[in-house]
Amino acid sequence: MTDRRKGVEVERRVQQKYIPATDAEREEMLRTIGVGSVEALFADIPVPVRLDRPLSLPPALSDPELIAQLRALAQANLDCDRATCFLGAGAYDHYVPSVVWHLAGRGEFLTAYTPYQAELMQGELQAGYEYQSMLCELTGMDVANASMYDGASATAEAAVMAKDLTKRSEVLVSTAVHPEYRQVIRTYVSPLGIQVADVPYRNAVTDIHAVEAALSDRTAAIIIQHPNFFGSLEDARALADLAHRAGALLICAIAEPLSLGILKPPGSWGADIVAGEGQPLGNNLNFGGPYLGMLATRMEFVRRIPGRLVGATVDTEGRRGFVLTLQTREQHIRREKASSNICTNEALLALAAAIYMAALGKQGLRRVAELNLRKAAYAKDAIGSIPGFEVPFDAPTFHEFVVRTPLDPDELNRRLLQHNILGGASLGRWYPELHDAWLVCVTEQRTRGEIDRLVEVLEGIR
Amino acid sequence: MTVPGKRDFPVIFEFSTPGRVGSSFPAPDVPELALDALVPAEHLREEPAALPEVSELDVVRHYTRLSHRNFSIDEGFYPLGSCTMKYNPKIHEDVARFPGFSRLHPYTPPEQAQGALQLLWELERQLAEISGMERVTFQPAAGAHGELTGLLMIRAYFESRGERQRTKVVVPDSAHGTNPATAAMVGYQVITVKSDSRGNMDVDALRAAMDETVAAIMLTNPNTLGLFEERITEVEEIVHGNGAQMYMDGANFNAILGITRPGDQGFDVMHFNLHKTFTTPHGGGGPGAGAVGVKSHLVPFLPVPVVERDGDRFRLDTNRPKSIGKVRAFYGNFGNLVRAYAYLRSMGSEGMRQIAEAAVLNANYMLARLRSSFDRPYDRLCKHEFVLAGTRQKRQYGVTTRDIAKRILDYGFHAPTIYFPLIVDEAIMIEPTETESKRTMDEFIEALLAINREAKESPDIVRSAPHTTPVKRLDEVRAARQPDLRWKPQR
Repeated sequence: MTDRRKGVEVERRVQQKYIPATDAEREEMLRTIGVGSVEALFADIPVPVRLDRPLSLPPALSDPELIAQLRALAQANLDCDRATCFLGAGAYDHYVPSVVWHLAGRGEFLTAYTPYQAELMQGELQAGYEYQSMLCELTGMDVANASMYDGASATAEAAVMAKDLTKRSEVLVSTAVHPEYRQVIRTYVSPLGIQVADVPYRNAVTDIHAVEAALSDRTAAIIIQHPNFFGSLEDARALADLAHRAGALLICAIAEPLSLGILKPPGSWGADIVAGEGQPLGNNLNFGGPYLGMLATRMEFVRRIPGRLVGATVDTEGRRGFVLTLQTREQHIRREKASSNICTNEALLALAAAIYMAALGKQGLRRVAELNLRKAAYAKDAIGSIPGFEVPFDAPTFHEFVVRTPLDPDELNRRLLQHNILGGASLGRWYPELHDAWLVCVTEQRTRGEIDRLVEVLEGIR
Repeated sequence: MTVPGKRDFPVIFEFSTPGRVGSSFPAPDVPELALDALVPAEHLREEPAALPEVSELDVVRHYTRLSHRNFSIDEGFYPLGSCTMKYNPKIHEDVARFPGFSRLHPYTPPEQAQGALQLLWELERQLAEISGMERVTFQPAAGAHGELTGLLMIRAYFESRGERQRTKVVVPDSAHGTNPATAAMVGYQVITVKSDSRGNMDVDALRAAMDETVAAIMLTNPNTLGLFEERITEVEEIVHGNGAQMYMDGANFNAILGITRPGDQGFDVMHFNLHKTFTTPHGGGGPGAGAVGVKSHLVPFLPVPVVERDGDRFRLDTNRPKSIGKVRAFYGNFGNLVRAYAYLRSMGSEGMRQIAEAAVLNANYMLARLRSSFDRPYDRLCKHEFVLAGTRQKRQYGVTTRDIAKRILDYGFHAPTIYFPLIVDEAIMIEPTETESKRTMDEFIEALLAINREAKESPDIVRSAPHTTPVKRLDEVRAARQPDLRWKPQR
């Protein structure tokens, strides 16, 4: 048999696995339709636009070959099981309890669609309602939606929401917000005529005097991140007060929701919209996605919130049940007047986050947040004590902090890789003035032994 | 009093018992300083977040029981038109969970992420070949996100040419709601063009709508009626003749894989719903993955970064001055891209064509067996899906399409998409996909014909359906009028 023949044979076997129709059934179906061939079903496609050759794609693989191919690609990556990870910057290496994906990965959830037939889909609807409830408890907000794409796009949608709510046309964005979030905000709001004004940071937190100077009656919102991109805690209440005095909203981006295990909920200090990244709540790193966009706000703003909302109601026999609700905000009803175009979101990851939050519970979430805080504090102290290394900012931090390094951070990371350590993010790519600085993250996954080893290696290479 | 068997199904908070824990974390191995020695007290919350306090077994039972109150492709036929609910192979779940993918940090230095970058590069080449596009970005997280990305690129393209007068986007009246919603998000005014008597975009109406203020037309092909736009070459001449761009909504790409390429039809940009055509699981409403392909003139505007190959090494290119920027952080829903890549590698070129042929054969078979029992707005061969109208049932028996859909649930199937597209009264939109067997389709057809008889002989059974689901018909008006969007303890 020629190689080409063999390839076709393999392809046929695979196709039979996923395409069940037998030759006899095809013939029978064609007879029922009343056409002589499958080709006849495509007669409505104008000849000039038909493809007159086979697609040029790599040959089909059988299942064992596919596993081998994907395993080879996976093994060409240095993942966090094979290296000690001190990288954060918006994606965090946390422990994911086994229950999370054993449950969220069940086919009943995994292979379902958006719950258009509520009576049949109570499982995912109720899980969405539970997720919304837990997110409200975590953030101190009144209402949360069922999910957005990720933290960056959720923050951008919050900016659009603020424009609609205030009828104002400028957002002040702290440069201590994740640089990629800031890029996404700009991409989303520019076509809508919303101006973006950057507000500088000082001592690794938003410069409050600069905010005060930049506020005007055009300001729709101040956008901060808390803990911010440098890992520092913002003077969030003061910033919210400033926003409110100017008639603007305070949007708080949260890239690390586990911080809320110990930090004051944004609802308690005056945040109007909380947008954030739910990846740390039970989701894997996945090379950056899929992640979970979180969005929560005050009840008075609920009719401008984008995305799906699950609500409780009753059935014809008075039993509690759940439906998608307040849908007149959404694209399939309002079309060009909708609050957003979002349709498919990240429902499965919201379910995983709910399972994660339930498994950790009231005590566990606090405990894991404390572990992050304590380990990072220990590492910050130890690294800051190495001659040549410096912790340049004294703002309080959660589990990330900035370090000035005696040699180029990228070079430092290359040397750390020889010790199987993934070093911190080099800040120079986003902040030229921090070209000699490093953003180090220490989660509950790191042991004291691993931190001590990092310190030892750093001491050796300075 | 609670009637046994009619109790409310509990929410997880209702299992909560103070002091119970469902997780284990080690004791700190670093000094246990007081929290307020590490963080000023004014930052610390006074009360822990009021999450449920439940055991691990409570969690396992609760979410397992919830999973039983759901309906999935794994359980049964799911003929939701426009959603392409095909089988999601289990092997994809295994490969996506390899630690080399699932435990890979997005800021891993590219030299240490060569396998991931190679996968992205190869997937891009394959989708470019299938679509007839030059390059593909994977950043959008879903179809609507892809639409946003595509229109932003079109907008940037016209700005770069100084054609700022192009402020309108044309969509057909059969379009998905996301199309006009996206156009509005990009600051465009929406012009709706009607469909003609054969279910195509009305070419005369299009011609009348086109002028130098139109930036783009957004078209789904095959369209949401499940019909191929027979006059696509005329549409292309009109649109490009006016200097406007053609955007393809790729929601229905399954029907034409390997048969005709959007790029060859004249489309300048398209999105792929990898969670439809390329079988990444929908997860109950996401995660999806909305890759976007573009022709060469739009390449400079792609979101950053793009993956480039130098010899046998791969890198991320962020230095692209004309780029629209980013539409989300990092590179896209990578986990789903692994699944889509696995699917393409197992189907190959011949497989792509087989998918389209089987999907179209299945849809036409179902249509042939159902056409005489329902009204049918456009009497043509269909592509991967078809639209029936429940108008006869409503007029003769007072049974609506909603009633029929709810009754289908009692027969153990998911319902088709209903009341969409908006231009068909009492629409019932059925998409079987290529992964369903004739036997399954026959069972569904028999159920629909039985419901048709019920509508005539005992319409109340249909009107009060569903009868066998975990809850009966739900009060949506109450949900909207008295919003209850989060659980609160009974006081």
